[in-house]
Amino acid sequence: MSKISLRSVTKSYGDHVVLSGINLDITQGSVVSLIGPSGSGKSTMLRCINLLEPIDDGEILLDGVDISAPGFDANPVRRRVGMVFQNFNLFPHKNVMSNIILSPTLTLGVPKEEAQQKALALLERFGLADKADSYPDQLSGGQQQRVAIVRALAIEPEVLLLDEITSSLDPELVGEVLDVVRELKTSGMTLILATHEMGFARESSDVVCVLDGGQLIEQGPPSQVLSNPTTERAQQFLDRIIRAGRL
Amino acid sequence: MANTISRRAAYERTRKRKSIAVAAASSLVVVTAIVLLVPRMPRWDRVRASFFNGERFRDSFPRLLDAFILDVKIFLWATPSIVVLALLIAMARNSRSPALFPIRVFSIAFTDIMRGVPVILWIYLIGFGVPGLGLDRPWNNPLIWGSVALVLTYSSYVAEVFRAGIESVHESQRAAARSLGLSSWQTMRHVVLPQAIRRVIPPLMNDMVSLQKDVALVSLIGPIEILRQAGIDKAKFANFTPYVVAAVIFLSITIPLTRTTDWLIERERKRTTGTRVR
Repeated sequence: MSKISLRSVTKSYGDHVVLSGINLDITQGSVVSLIGPSGSGKSTMLRCINLLEPIDDGEILLDGVDISAPGFDANPVRRRVGMVFQNFNLFPHKNVMSNIILSPTLTLGVPKEEAQQKALALLERFGLADKADSYPDQLSGGQQQRVAIVRALAIEPEVLLLDEITSSLDPELVGEVLDVVRELKTSGMTLILATHEMGFARESSDVVCVLDGGQLIEQGPPSQVLSNPTTERAQQFLDRIIRAGRL
Repeated sequence: MANTISRRAAYERTRKRKSIAVAAASSLVVVTAIVLLVPRMPRWDRVRASFFNGERFRDSFPRLLDAFILDVKIFLWATPSIVVLALLIAMARNSRSPALFPIRVFSIAFTDIMRGVPVILWIYLIGFGVPGLGLDRPWNNPLIWGSVALVLTYSSYVAEVFRAGIESVHESQRAAARSLGLSSWQTMRHVVLPQAIRRVIPPLMNDMVSLQKDVALVSLIGPIEILRQAGIDKAKFANFTPYVVAAVIFLSITIPLTRTTDWLIERERKRTTGTRVR
């Protein structure tokens, strides 16, 4: 059974259709990259899976359960499906440690000391052990994004959604964040990432999906999708990427 | 090259010296003009005798300082009440739950009505109106209800300040908190409010400075606080000096408060907007 399935997922903002009949099955432990032009619906798709935005029609299944049903309690779902954002969205008034333990202590009822120990272990794993007492604005973009990933991991989610997590980083900082994602892949976590890093998508993903105008126009293993796309629109998108020197 | 300074620093230093000199010279001119000209006004002698009488000043000062303690007391209990009430109103207005719809409407109506009528009128209406219901002592004291009127009106102003603060916290902060599984109340309590409150402290202090002065309005319905005591002294000695004494006492509190507020605003500005352009 798929970990996450999207069945004819449709979403509009007024007259503007952002997602149109998306069908996608994501197996446990796989890494799925969503690529496509800006405004193609990648971020919206992730926000819908995290139930931050309701879908209009269709279903989103987590382990076979329809979590997108109107009125379904979103909070327990979000503890199983974590999300990391393009602009980190760390809480600026809390230091790194407090950012990380906020949700475990509040939503999972983990005792503070235990949460801190787990947080320290995670920080250590991603080379941030000395940053526990720092505030977000004292960190580089790459460090902030790694902290944001640790914060999402602290609730031990089964799936992690990564929304263009390297897009607002200076080029030399992208690598350290991608290393974290590689590490997560080896740990067997299910990852869904919206990304513009084509090289990374090719190297790390099991499945690449191309979105365009709210439609999922192509999906398959990276070797096939990125080298021999079957649709013309996917080919055009990839041509533009190649011309920009990004593939 | 320990003793040399950069060209920029040298220029800034000359410029600073020059501006200090100009400021000092112009201040000197203004002060001299006041000192020389005001006493030449035809009625200066009378004004000095009735507003700046040294003997009256020394006589009234301790009595007014005593009366001022009542103002301070009202201020001290009103401030926390205002902050708590205003926060509740602001959160009610910001709530998105349909179950809280009546509370939302009530808080909108409350702020509209309280802000739409002069404070002084509320003090009369509530301060005289409620004790008129025939309450027992001590609840029939206009002092209590006059300050309740202050608390209610100020809460509506301060609630708007809090609301602006809450709305200034970017939606992405809520998204991050919700994505971590926090409920909307937990998001408000642990993520939105702490940031909102920090941002509105300077405008909040501004309102507190106004409150500190408006406390004197309660005198209009009876309690003998500083303004009323000054009126009594004025009438007794047919001399306006007690009003000047009251003004001096108010300033001794409001000036430090105002300076602190400006300092906080400046600090917040530096923290959020980076380098000032020339």
